[in-house]
Amino acid sequence: MRVYVCVKQVPDTSGKVAVNEDGTLNRASMLTIINPNDLSAMEAALELKDAARCQVTAVTMGPPPAKKMLQELIAMGADDAVLISGREFGGSDTYATSQIIAGALQHLGVGAEDVIFCGRQAIDGDTAQVGPQIAEKLDLPQVTYAGKIEKDGSVLRVRRLMEDGYMTVEVKTPCLVTCVKELNEPRYMTIKGIIECYDKPIVVLDYEALKDEPLIDPATIGLKGSPTNIFRSFTPPQKGAGQMLGGSSQEAVNELVGQLVAKHVV
Amino acid sequence: MILSEAHELMRKNFRSFAETEFTTEIQEQLDREGGFNWDIWSKMARYGFTGCKLPVEYGGQGGDTLAYVLMNEEFSRICPVLAIYANTPNSLGGGPLLACGTPPQLEKYITPVAKGEKQIVFALTEPGAGSDAGSLTTRAVADGDYFILNGRKCFISGAPIADYAVVYARTNPDLKGSRGISMFIVDMKLPGVSCGKPESKMGISGYPTSDIVFENVRVHKGDLLGPLDKGYSVAMKTLDGGRLGVAAQSLGLAQGCLDEAVKYAKGRKQFGKPIANHQGVSFMIADMATEIAAARELIYSTAVAKDAGDKNASTMCAMSKYYASEMANRVAGKAVQIHGGYGFIKDYKVERLYRDARIMTLYEGTSQVQQIVISRSLLK
Repeated sequence: MRVYVCVKQVPDTSGKVAVNEDGTLNRASMLTIINPNDLSAMEAALELKDAARCQVTAVTMGPPPAKKMLQELIAMGADDAVLISGREFGGSDTYATSQIIAGALQHLGVGAEDVIFCGRQAIDGDTAQVGPQIAEKLDLPQVTYAGKIEKDGSVLRVRRLMEDGYMTVEVKTPCLVTCVKELNEPRYMTIKGIIECYDKPIVVLDYEALKDEPLIDPATIGLKGSPTNIFRSFTPPQKGAGQMLGGSSQEAVNELVGQLVAKHVV
Repeated sequence: MILSEAHELMRKNFRSFAETEFTTEIQEQLDREGGFNWDIWSKMARYGFTGCKLPVEYGGQGGDTLAYVLMNEEFSRICPVLAIYANTPNSLGGGPLLACGTPPQLEKYITPVAKGEKQIVFALTEPGAGSDAGSLTTRAVADGDYFILNGRKCFISGAPIADYAVVYARTNPDLKGSRGISMFIVDMKLPGVSCGKPESKMGISGYPTSDIVFENVRVHKGDLLGPLDKGYSVAMKTLDGGRLGVAAQSLGLAQGCLDEAVKYAKGRKQFGKPIANHQGVSFMIADMATEIAAARELIYSTAVAKDAGDKNASTMCAMSKYYASEMANRVAGKAVQIHGGYGFIKDYKVERLYRDARIMTLYEGTSQVQQIVISRSLLK
């Protein structure tokens, strides 16, 4: 059994966000982090590995510096990693990105017991589209918004975290699951993991390596193959921090009314 | 020093762990109530921090001295007390065992210590033997397959929570001074072992310190550590490594003070502008940052020299501890000064860091002992 975990390097939103003239993000000038939901997906994969030996492979598409992120994931516990990187892939929107990652996964081989984990969505684009599109392009069943995952043989029992409640579904492998951050608490790296991560294999798949895959068509990858046009990019205005009022309902209401009166709202 | 990619990643990992897990609530509770936080200890153990520089074959992580220094620095930057948690098994606790433990001793004691399953402490100091540790009076007398221990150790960090203690006792009273002292691994549950009341301390309250009393304690000869009558030199060698750990704790503590001072100086307004814009304050910050940078370079290069087997490494450890601990006290003092009256109030972190800093020039050899070590290496 092999668990693929699709991960993305995203801008660290605690720093400044820079935008190119064409509206795309100027990623080179920003600090990066591993997309938080993807870390939850990695933790879910590592928990499966802890429970039943399996191979965990981190997969990302990005420029060569993304290799550092993959090394961090190996230091967390992944067995190996795959970097999909090439100029031909640059400028891809979610449609083209999922096309390329699906092509790469096909190239690597998705077996009968394999599972693909993705984060629910990335904090830069916030689309939540890439995971489901990969599943569609690989013709795999998908379960989104996983808040709890249990594996029983070739069946995954997944509790989906919906806005208005939970939904528990069963799905057979191979399948794709997108994970929310409530699923778990991602582990830290170990010192030994960091020492050893530089010796673990990271496979780089470029256009040449993938061009014979049926999904890799120059017309559906990269900027030219992306149907999305960015109309405008902007940083949303910061909202003020909320305040939780504790105590009993009566105490909370009294405090709330007091604050509203003090601010001359009521 | 430009760190390798691996060491940069370790720093990032240590920092992330400390910033996320060492919550202000935990820090303040430990400072207020003392005791020991077992949850944090378990988390440290899970990620191998308790075995940072202990060998992989005995359950450790196999990190080098620079990794150990970075861990102490980053943990102490958030909370010096919690840095001590991870430091003890890697230095004073595990050090003597690594220096001269037999393979069965290492398997029995180092493996559970590295994995965080057991706690081990270092018991050298006595009421009448502090800086002059060679004058200790705890006695160990051979009796068949056992040694019988009698005596009292004091100021033993971690004693109330320890499973084992590395105890220094005089085995040959005919040999004077530091000769005739041996090391023993003592199970703290043995009959006749008891701890005094945890000391009420000025700082680092969240790591308990107490006396250990030995009354006719029968320690098996298999728990004699290293050669008979020659334990003192191992103690001194262990303290070399421990001193570098304290230096790194001091460095992290000072960095934590600087971080707090910069944040406060930018936010606090007096005379119509942030106090950071007043030269008197900004120059203090410049001094703090410069001293911290100097200490960092000294400590990092000492870590590398130690692993390389540099003959001056022992002196450099003493220099690192001496400079960094004194520096941390100067920096903590300035951080309180920049905070003004607020720095004297417990709601502000610098008040606690100022108290925590005070131990750094005292434990594992006072500054004056470091001066002796440094000067003797030059004047011998």
